[in-house]
Amino acid sequence: MSALATPPQTYTVTRADLVRYAGASGDFNPIHYSDRIAAAMGLPGVIAHGMLTMGLAARALSTWAGGPDRVVSFTVRFTSMVVVPDDDAGVALEVSGEVAEPGEDGLVPVSVTVRCGEQVVLGRAVAHVRAA
Amino acid sequence: MQDAHRAPRDPLTDVIDELVGQPFVTPAAYEVSRAKIREFADAVGETSPICHDVDAARAAGHRDLVAPPTFAVIPAFRGLYEVMSRVGAPLHQQVHGEQGFTHHRPIVAGDELVTTATLERTRAVAGNHFLTVSAVVADASGAPVTTARSVVVVLGGAS
Repeated sequence: MSALATPPQTYTVTRADLVRYAGASGDFNPIHYSDRIAAAMGLPGVIAHGMLTMGLAARALSTWAGGPDRVVSFTVRFTSMVVVPDDDAGVALEVSGEVAEPGEDGLVPVSVTVRCGEQVVLGRAVAHVRAA
Repeated sequence: MQDAHRAPRDPLTDVIDELVGQPFVTPAAYEVSRAKIREFADAVGETSPICHDVDAARAAGHRDLVAPPTFAVIPAFRGLYEVMSRVGAPLHQQVHGEQGFTHHRPIVAGDELVTTATLERTRAVAGNHFLTVSAVVADASGAPVTTARSVVVVLGGAS
């Protein structure tokens, strides 16, 4: 059985992406779009939805496994915030994965790490995928 | 003289303890539309044809468009809301600590999803409450589609 390849995936997140995700998910917490409210909450700036970061990590899993229907489980811990500047460049997130031996159920465990620069923003992230 | 070893009891503790183990069901089913699946897929950049093209989804053996794996947050959070609205802490005091999903089958367009959420356990650490909430998302037949688990941290109001 061929091992699942998990080439690192890099995704850029801009303010426009936060607005798009807010609308798609229904999460309109203003810390994800308002500098004023983010500052009032003591945050270093407008931050990305944790669930957007998880959603991008799931996109990487879908890419590696050969489809979103192959991601059977996915659990993450939100370890630090992703600050998204109000510019056109946005911020880059790098998703990497480490594959372990399949279990008796045939599912392949994948440890996922998401980094923003040097900072790990998703920790203890483990998925189980059905290999193609 | 006050007992220096005994902190005053946090009133939120009683509210939270009362809720543990009680199932809360979303009052109305959430209907999954093709448009919402495409919109969510676009928002996370998921380009798989089975999220966008009905023929591709059917060719892959699905009844209709397939939702990306974290789309399940939409019905799961509808259940979580039923619990958190009873806790009564304002949104800005809540931090999302952890999230997990186990899919028994993918969510597809046309699903009518009802969520049953239960506060499973709670612990207080340094004035903050860590709430673990499970949410079982079921389809119109009552079969479970996704089991979600969230840890929400309610930040302590004092100090």
